[in-house]
Amino acid sequence: MSGKSLKAIVESLIFVHDHPLSLDRLALILEEYERADIRIALEDLMEDYAHSDRGVVLVQVGGGYQLRTRPEHADYIRRLNKTKGVKFSQSSLETLAIVAYRQPVTRAEIEYLRGVDSGGVLKSLLEKKLLKILGKKDVPGKPLIYGTSREFLELFDLKDLSSLPTLKEIQELAPPDPFADQPALPLAEEPPAA
Amino acid sequence: MQENLFHEAMENAYLVQIEQFEGPLDLLLHLIKKNEVDIYNIPIAAITKQYLEYMELLKELNLDIAGEFLVMAATLLQIKSRMLLPVEREDEESEVEDPRAELVRRLLEYQRYREASSDLVVRNLLGRDVFARKFPSPELAEMEPEEEPADVQLFDLIEAFRKILSRVSVDTFHSVGADGISIADRISQVLSILHEAKTVCFDSLFTEEMTRDLLVVTFLSILELCKLKLIKIVQVESLGSIWLTAAATDDGAEAAGPDADDLELEGAFVG
Repeated sequence: MSGKSLKAIVESLIFVHDHPLSLDRLALILEEYERADIRIALEDLMEDYAHSDRGVVLVQVGGGYQLRTRPEHADYIRRLNKTKGVKFSQSSLETLAIVAYRQPVTRAEIEYLRGVDSGGVLKSLLEKKLLKILGKKDVPGKPLIYGTSREFLELFDLKDLSSLPTLKEIQELAPPDPFADQPALPLAEEPPAA
Repeated sequence: MQENLFHEAMENAYLVQIEQFEGPLDLLLHLIKKNEVDIYNIPIAAITKQYLEYMELLKELNLDIAGEFLVMAATLLQIKSRMLLPVEREDEESEVEDPRAELVRRLLEYQRYREASSDLVVRNLLGRDVFARKFPSPELAEMEPEEEPADVQLFDLIEAFRKILSRVSVDTFHSVGADGISIADRISQVLSILHEAKTVCFDSLFTEEMTRDLLVVTFLSILELCKLKLIKIVQVESLGSIWLTAAATDDGAEAAGPDADDLELEGAFVG
């Protein structure tokens, strides 16, 4: 019937790939199609999945598109996989949140905000690939600067960094942040891959 | 294991390390919440007093106090002393800054990220709530919980213990030898109580006739058991009573044989 419809082709590519597939990547693969048409096909697919009574949905996550199960089925899948899923300690979560919102950020800045040594937790988050080293800060000592990884977005079901929920504002009542005069990059931009 | 526990009693006979500590800011926020005071107008003298009391208690329990806690104690005392100084010439435009301002800003900032972190963890996590054909990375797939999350906050536990301690008068005579019991022995006792009763109320392990030393030993035993994952500590509702249960036995084989090196509990004689 519609064996060669663009929508079906896009669906098959997303099904096969084991990471979120970006529009850029799809456009590169499907060179004979217009980028705009691919985008429409993706939107159609997302609609189809959202409105059909199926076990999987197409979601935008980690800068791409991925087929994922619905959260309300989690319990059944956990029975199949016999796993409870990842669990985080409070220190890991705090550190992840600080890096997510403040990146690029140095260890000193994280420790100032948390009030405790954070070397160990940073190391473990780096090992788990949830954080990555973005480079070095151009201040004395050239400290490493950290940011979140694509895996972080995938794990926490985030389309991109700008879809992080906004931080609650705090009232200005004290001297400025001692790190405020150091240049910072805009949050939304994914730094170029190393 | 027993032999290891009975190494000769040293000056610091026992040392229990607590990993759930999130630092001095966490403790301060806890105190502010507990006292229901305005974070923008912290009664610094009262909060400092309570902070130092906690530090004292931790010291008494021989808990490892991280340097950050001492730095914060010094900061609090400095703020307190600056609050006592008369404010110089207010007529000038140069506004004198509240000595607490910097601390308040840090507390609010910290609280903000704590809230952000709790927002993160309720999202639809891959591998927990939603699943894709393949998990992002093998490192994550293998990621076991780093530590069993304490269902009861450490501070709640210490608070409960503080209440118990306050019921005992400090100036009881120091009885030598009479009921000197090692942590190891007390651990066995608590365990056997738990194996019989399955669930025990935290308070019920501390009885009226117990000496201060025995109370401390009992509390340390509970912490150690929790660390060894032999017991679970739960609280039915916030500020409700605290209950102890023996940990599930299906992974008992793993829990029963902790590496002796992991046990920061040596020659635990008190009394």
